[in-house]
Amino acid sequence: MKTQKISLVSKVLLLIVSALFVGSLFVPMWRIELQAPQYPEGLELQLFANKIGGDVAIINGLNHYIGMATLHTENFLEFKILPIVFGLFAAVSLALIFIGKRKGVKLFLITYIVFILLAAVDFYRWNYQYGHNLDPDAAIKVPGMSYQPPLIGYKQLLNFGAYSIPDTGGWLMTGAAVLLLFIIVKEYHLFQKK
Amino acid sequence: MKNKFVKAIFAIAMGSALFISCKPKNSGDAVSGDAAQKAYVAPGKYDEFYNFVSGGFSGQMSVYGLPSGRLFRVIPVFSVDPEKGYGYNEETKPMLNTSHGFVPWDDLHHTEMSQTKGEVDGRWVFGNANNTPRIARIDLKTFTTKEIIELPNSAGNHSSPFITENTEYVVAGTRFSVPADNSNGDVPINTYKQNFKGHLSFVKVGKEGQMDIAFQIQCPGVNFDLSHAGKGKSHGWFFFSCYNTEQANTLLEVNASQKDKDFIMAVNWKKAEEYIKAGKGKLTPTRYAHNVYNESTHTATSEIKTQVLILDSKELKDICYMIPCPKSPHGCDVDPTGEYIVGSGKLAALIPVFSFDKLMNAIKTKQFEGEYDGIPVIKYEAALHGEVQKPGLGPLHTEFDGKGNAYTTFFVSSEVVKWDIKSLKVLDRVPTYYSVGHLCIPGGDSRKPFGKYLIAYNKITKDRYLPTGPELAQSAQIYDISGDKMKLILDFPTIGEPHYAQAAPADLIRNNGQLKFYKLEDNKHPFVSKGEKETKVVRNGKRIDVYMTCIRSHFSPDNIEGIKMGDEVYFHVTNLEQDWDVPHGFAIKGSSNAELLIMPGETATLKWTPDRVGISPFYCTDFCSALHQEMQGYIRVSPTGSSVPITYSLGTNLPAPDKK
Repeated sequence: MKTQKISLVSKVLLLIVSALFVGSLFVPMWRIELQAPQYPEGLELQLFANKIGGDVAIINGLNHYIGMATLHTENFLEFKILPIVFGLFAAVSLALIFIGKRKGVKLFLITYIVFILLAAVDFYRWNYQYGHNLDPDAAIKVPGMSYQPPLIGYKQLLNFGAYSIPDTGGWLMTGAAVLLLFIIVKEYHLFQKK
Repeated sequence: MKNKFVKAIFAIAMGSALFISCKPKNSGDAVSGDAAQKAYVAPGKYDEFYNFVSGGFSGQMSVYGLPSGRLFRVIPVFSVDPEKGYGYNEETKPMLNTSHGFVPWDDLHHTEMSQTKGEVDGRWVFGNANNTPRIARIDLKTFTTKEIIELPNSAGNHSSPFITENTEYVVAGTRFSVPADNSNGDVPINTYKQNFKGHLSFVKVGKEGQMDIAFQIQCPGVNFDLSHAGKGKSHGWFFFSCYNTEQANTLLEVNASQKDKDFIMAVNWKKAEEYIKAGKGKLTPTRYAHNVYNESTHTATSEIKTQVLILDSKELKDICYMIPCPKSPHGCDVDPTGEYIVGSGKLAALIPVFSFDKLMNAIKTKQFEGEYDGIPVIKYEAALHGEVQKPGLGPLHTEFDGKGNAYTTFFVSSEVVKWDIKSLKVLDRVPTYYSVGHLCIPGGDSRKPFGKYLIAYNKITKDRYLPTGPELAQSAQIYDISGDKMKLILDFPTIGEPHYAQAAPADLIRNNGQLKFYKLEDNKHPFVSKGEKETKVVRNGKRIDVYMTCIRSHFSPDNIEGIKMGDEVYFHVTNLEQDWDVPHGFAIKGSSNAELLIMPGETATLKWTPDRVGISPFYCTDFCSALHQEMQGYIRVSPTGSSVPITYSLGTNLPAPDKK
């Protein structure tokens, strides 16, 4: 006999999920690390929920050689929306504790996954745009070369090796997804023998 | 008869063979097998110590790594440096101002690092100007000269810039005695004894390093040579070596070498402070420059000060005491415990070592043998700990390893001799190549020496390196002193002529909050442009101010027109970069000035007076980027009275379309 109400453990986990969403507002979600011989210490672009951080000025300075547009937080609507979305996610997680229905958790997880997919598509779209939409008057023009950083993983862009990976916030959000999944598994008894 | 002849030949041959085999071995034999390994610092690896070496007659200070002997930087201090624009750009010209006006050169003899509790602390390093007497303070966060103070009543600041153990004071003693600034100096030279005075300067060092002459002590006219502060138990005292106590004013090499003993003067500066509190000092008119570089305006200012507080050593009996010291003492060094004071009579065949406890007792019990121009002279034996017998010829300077050993250089016999401070026994000796002057052990004149390396700074190199015509390289030699025996591991050429040097553990300096670049937002230069939008060209009569920026890889503006003959053009160039190791340079054709070398976030100004009508190009001199060769611009100079208006631009002054 399956119960529609979620257990206390799941409620505690939801509280943690909520905390993870709040936490990821304050730490970078994603990072693109750049390495080149003359930058042995490396350069770092950090994407927070609400801003671009790290060595933005230096990277903007370097990108002007290849004619890439400069990065400015205010040019991205995303940095206004994301904090609201994360806040909403945190609120929904909290609300689910009181609603206590496993179906609610399922819907939330699906929403969250859809959001992540959309975010990935959006990130890819921006990467593509910045990597391809180059100033025709740029000093360095390599035929056929584009400078799109990888969505995730490593790619060599001229003299720079670019390494695109989740940062602290990214891992917090991954954690949130894992916990939500765990609640679903537990509440729907997916791996239990009937 | 024949037999005798053969025997004689044989005897001569044997004798010669013996003689030849007695010939000293060359330095090849002095280097042990693992020397290279000990001095080797692999590419990309850091040295263990920073070594701040005086540049002597170059007027600058050089920074080397130990044990590799690699040169990292030459810090401009007392001489102009066209490479860095030091003394050429408008911002640093005031640094070289003196009561004589702008002085472009000097002779930097000694370096001394700031200390806290008697230990090297990595904040600043001081340098002395031996010609036009001054002291400079170099900030080790930026490795640049931040402050220079001139010393009145002095000529040839040699016994300087030695410091007290908490950097309370940095001192100076005049090498030449001269008539005091406020007296009539137009006197016959042979009235030295009556009219010439020796002044010691005590310069107070503030928390931020700011220097201020607290007082001067007027002493008899002699030559003050070197000095060192007491430490530990002898903190509160300073020791100055004096020669020419004969008070000769000509042919000193003979006339100042007559007496068997000259003096080490012990100065109780705590007592001097008490006298000042009691109002015994006299404010005396004089003129001296005090120059300060302001990091936020990137600009130096020079102020002429007009009086100095003087204490008279004749009147105030218990500030100064003379300790007899054999034969024109040079080095005056205090061991890490503060108990032993080593005097090095440069013509003596022994090294006297004085005891601070005995000195105090001698003063207390008044064991004086008389007075020298009003200053009590202590009995030699009363202050003497003992003498190092037959150490070598021409002792000059002594440093310490903190393990109870002293190391003294010998100019005449070209060697360094290690001896035990307490027993005064000679333990080891090694040759130097050649005629060693100063030596340095990291922290070797502080309470905490790092007795791993000893560096000898030589005056003569002769056959040591590939020859370069009449003028040869000066050199330094590194010895490993971690074992019982000193081992030569490397020698390397130096800039100028090295005199004294200081060294400190690399981490102490590397982690002292060293600056990587200046923050543009903190730049308070009156002519800064914090972005290309702020750049402009402003005419004010004959004065043109060009507010210019540089960033990889262009200047803004890079096309300037409307300059006329007779104008004075000031290029105020701000480097907009905000990253480490991205300086830009600025040079303009035909300029009678130097270049600018502008650090990220800094503003520097080059004054240029056009000398002909036409187009003058300017460009970046520091290879900054892949497009460095594109980093250039043009300035158009029109005849006086021309109607060409001031215009300036970047990227917009395009050719007019062809008319067809």
